[in-house]
Amino acid sequence: MATADQVYPRDTPAQLLPAPVASTGVLGWLRANLFSSPANIALTMICVAAIVWIVPPLLRFFIFDAVWSGADREACLPSEQRPEPGACWAFVRVWSSYFVYGFYPISERWRVDLFFVLLALGIAWLAWLGAPRRDLGAIYFFIVLPILSYILLSGVPMIGLPDVPTSLWGGILVTIVVATVGIVASLPLGILLALGRRSTMPAVRLASITFIEFVRGVPLITVLFMASVMLPLFVPDRFAPDKLVRALIGVALFASAYMAEVVRGGLLSIPRGQYEAAQALGLSYWRMMILVILPQALRVTLPNIVNTFIGLFKDTTLVFIVGIFDFLRTIEAARGDPHWATPVTSVTGYAFAAVFYFVCCYGMSRYSRNVEARLARAHRR
Amino acid sequence: MAKMLQFPVRSKQQWTNIALQAALVVVVGGLIYAAAVNAANNLAKAGIASGFRFWDNTAGFDISQTLISYSSSASTFGRAFWVGLLNTLLVASLGIVLATALGFTIGIARLSRNWLVSHLAGGYVELVRNIPLLLQILVWYNAVLKSLPDLRGSIAIPGGAFLNNRGLFLPQPMFGANFGYVAAALLLGMVATLALRIWGRRRQDSTGQPPRMLYYAFGLIVLLPLVVFFAAGEPLSFSFPEMARFNIRGGAEILPEFAALLVALTIYTAAFIAEVVRAGILGLRSGATLRLVVVPQAMRVIVPPLTSQYLNLTKNSSLAVAIGYPDLVQVFAGSVLNITGQAVEVIAITMAVYLFLSLVTSFLMNLYGRRVAIAER
Repeated sequence: MATADQVYPRDTPAQLLPAPVASTGVLGWLRANLFSSPANIALTMICVAAIVWIVPPLLRFFIFDAVWSGADREACLPSEQRPEPGACWAFVRVWSSYFVYGFYPISERWRVDLFFVLLALGIAWLAWLGAPRRDLGAIYFFIVLPILSYILLSGVPMIGLPDVPTSLWGGILVTIVVATVGIVASLPLGILLALGRRSTMPAVRLASITFIEFVRGVPLITVLFMASVMLPLFVPDRFAPDKLVRALIGVALFASAYMAEVVRGGLLSIPRGQYEAAQALGLSYWRMMILVILPQALRVTLPNIVNTFIGLFKDTTLVFIVGIFDFLRTIEAARGDPHWATPVTSVTGYAFAAVFYFVCCYGMSRYSRNVEARLARAHRR
Repeated sequence: MAKMLQFPVRSKQQWTNIALQAALVVVVGGLIYAAAVNAANNLAKAGIASGFRFWDNTAGFDISQTLISYSSSASTFGRAFWVGLLNTLLVASLGIVLATALGFTIGIARLSRNWLVSHLAGGYVELVRNIPLLLQILVWYNAVLKSLPDLRGSIAIPGGAFLNNRGLFLPQPMFGANFGYVAAALLLGMVATLALRIWGRRRQDSTGQPPRMLYYAFGLIVLLPLVVFFAAGEPLSFSFPEMARFNIRGGAEILPEFAALLVALTIYTAAFIAEVVRAGILGLRSGATLRLVVVPQAMRVIVPPLTSQYLNLTKNSSLAVAIGYPDLVQVFAGSVLNITGQAVEVIAITMAVYLFLSLVTSFLMNLYGRRVAIAER
């Protein structure tokens, strides 16, 4: 049986062949992700064509052909050297201090800068989850900072800070003030409303539900109109708040209704056992909420709070419509300046605004996603 | 003794709760009362009437887009309200249809296995969601549509339309006398298709034979009206816009305000709808699996947030006021409020409209939620 002798098992493993070139490395990636089927190849081609069609002209307009410096519109008009001028960044540079401060007096602008620094400090303290004493951070952000900011921005003549009426405020300053007041007021109010909505007391529950559903059911513009037109009617003449304060009240009320729903979502995610354990320890309602439930609920819902804040930040542009000079309104005002009247002025102004809002909102949404991933990891453990 | 025990016994906590609620009622009631007294005083001082009598007074201002007949000299404020409301509903309903189509496309593109397609779709969503809607509306209106050529340089679009910075001028369909028959045939076809579908479902339940709807539906909804259309002597013609010296005559005009608002609302809301779709459909299958297994389950997750996006779109259409599209807020809370000065009544009516829309929607969503809820043991 010669053949039987020749069949024997291998005693050493065969050498592994390298994976085919076409399924590894760049080539393999391309094949799997871009050219896996005829339909995919067609889609890829369409996308590449779209990118080639859109991106180079955009780059040319906003960067390569853009005008970076100049004193007036002459720089941005078509000329011999520059038959097709791109974006007029010179316009943004000349107007930039107006975009940041509005008509805030030049000699007092350090106060605005200091406000920005104080605010950045507060945000960093709260946003960095590993920061020391975040409870102090919360007190700083929600109590100390608003008072300091009011003193700084509005002025107290007694301590040598002259009054600056809000009609002179403008630009990014106003956008930031509206957004900050919105978050600082809406978080505590939202927590109260959310607790009210889950209260066992029928009057409290009814009042909370009515307020929340009413505000969430109408557009922000109508709330702002109400604040700016009706509020002065509801108070005696001498207490009539100024225009910015009216808008701030409208924004704060609006944001707190949305915040209430976000906080309620957080409260719903806390298991019953936590409530029961706290009650078994003999904690009163408020101590139970403040010591046990809310810290957990707010932590879970932090990404949603940030997302609500992104919405609020975008919504601050609406104060434009009730005549307040926020950042977007200053852009609108500046692009109408006859010294800079060129075909590209509007586009440049809007592009600048878009970059500003995009950077702020995208940054916040990245942060919220990081926190979310971190919470998910902690949850899995 | 027995009588004493029937008296409700309340703990200290319960009494506190009752006191708290009483205090809340008193404070809220007091605030409302004080506001009402102040408002009455202030309005009287300014010589502004109160009540809803202004509704029947002559409006006296023009509106640039009216779906129902309206004239500044003869129509009332009430009529202006309906004009504004219809304009809001027009832009909102068109926006909802377009945003749904675009949003589902982008959402499905994000799930694509093609790297380039999914990342382009992702880029679109990130870019659009992170820029305020108001800025986008202004860009479309001021930077895009207003910078189109003027009347003389109008761009002629094949098919008899013109585009310039005053708007888009389209051929207007003129319905002949017999067009009613065509519409009736279309309606009949749709009703018959619906009936057939219900019958088909029943038959499938009892016999297991799936209905073959596609051919019947095509015949009833497309062919039947077409046949009637030719039988009735083609009762449809178009009035084409013509260039005159100072304007464009004839045709239907689409205002740049309307176009800018519609485009911006569609693009903005589509980004949010894409996210809703992506969250609902976790994986793509092909053919019957998609239609019979993935979509029905995904719909349960998708429909509630989708409707809330529709509501957002409707509420966001009030940004029309920034570019002067005559929607409810611009006409009513703008012009009518400025002329009459009756802030309380006008704002209350405007808010009531939006509130009505959202309450009806959330009521319907509750019904839907109950219908599709998974029966749990």
